[in-house]
Amino acid sequence: MSTIHERATGAATPTDTPAGIDPRGPQLTAALTAVVLAAVLLLAPHPAGVALLAVQAVFFAIGAVAGVQRTPHAWLFRTVVRPRLAPPAELEDPAPPRFAQGVGLAFALVGLVALLAGATVVGQVAVGLALVAALLNALFAFCLGCELYLVGARLRAAG
Amino acid sequence: MVERSGRNNRERRSVAPCMSTGAWILVAAVVLALAVGLWRAATDGRFRGTHRVRAGEAAGSGAVPADREAEAVETPPGAVLVAEVGETLGERATLLQFSSAFCAPCRATRRVLADVAGVVPGVAHVEVDAEHHLEAVRRLGVLRTPTTIVLAADGTEVTRAAGAPRKEQVLAALATVE
Repeated sequence: MSTIHERATGAATPTDTPAGIDPRGPQLTAALTAVVLAAVLLLAPHPAGVALLAVQAVFFAIGAVAGVQRTPHAWLFRTVVRPRLAPPAELEDPAPPRFAQGVGLAFALVGLVALLAGATVVGQVAVGLALVAALLNALFAFCLGCELYLVGARLRAAG
Repeated sequence: MVERSGRNNRERRSVAPCMSTGAWILVAAVVLALAVGLWRAATDGRFRGTHRVRAGEAAGSGAVPADREAEAVETPPGAVLVAEVGETLGERATLLQFSSAFCAPCRATRRVLADVAGVVPGVAHVEVDAEHHLEAVRRLGVLRTPTTIVLAADGTEVTRAAGAPRKEQVLAALATVE
C-alpha cells in the first residue's frame, strides 16, 4: 500500500500518467454539487434557484475547461479535507472526472435554458439527471458521465 | 403594498401544495441513484456467463446459411482482436481487458490483471482501447469499460466481468478454464 503511494507521489513513472489526483477530491466535488443541485430542485422556478444553477454551471465549466484540480471545490479539498485524511491508496487520472464535469455542464445548461424559457419541468428533469450522476459519484465513486463515453463512441460509429 | 402582497400570495400558492414537482424529482433522483449504485456495487467485477450465444447469432444471422459449420471454422472474435493488436494468446488463458480514455476503474483493473498474469503461469493480459476497436466491441457485446473477458487457450470466451474485478475474482474465474 505504502509503496504504491510512494511511487505515485514521487517522480512520475514514465508509463503512468503524470500527476494523478486523490480520487476523494472529485468525490467531495460531487457531494457539494449534489447539495447545490438538490437546492436548485427545491427552489427551481424561483430566481434564486435559477441563479444557483447558473453558479453551478460556472463550476462545471471551470472543471471541464481548466481541470478538476482548479475548481473552488478542489481548493477546499486540498486545504481543509485532505490534511485530515490518510494518504490515498492510489492516485487517479484526472481526465475521467474532467470529462464528467463537461457532461454535467451540458445538463446544467439544458436545465438553465429550460428554466429561463419557462419550461420548468424540463429544466427540473435535466437538473434531476445531473443530480443522479453527482450522487453516484459522491456515494459510490462511480462516474456515470465516463460510462457514457463508450456508449457515445459506439453510437457515433453506428450512425 | 397591494402589489407586494399579491406577489407573496402567488409565491405561497406555488410552494404551498404538500410537495412541489422539484421535490418529487429530488426524491426520484435519490432513489434512482441509490438503486443504480447498490446494483452496481453488487455486480461490478463479478464474472458471470458469456455473450457467446449472442455473438454467435450476430455473426450467423446476416451471413452464410450454413452458419453452424462456419462458426466452427471461424476464429473467435476475441482471438482475432488479440492478434490485431499484435499480442499472442496465453498458453492457458488470456485476460482481455477493454479500457477507454475516460475510465477511472480501468487503471485499477490493469494493475490487478497484470498482477495475476505475472503470478499465474500461462496467463496473458491484453489491454485494448475500446474506442479504437469498435467493431470488436460490437461483436463481443462490450457495453462498459472496464470489461474483462477471460479467453481459453483457443481464444473462445469463457466468462466476463464488467467493472473492476478483485484479484480473488479473477483467480476464481481462471480456475474454471481448463
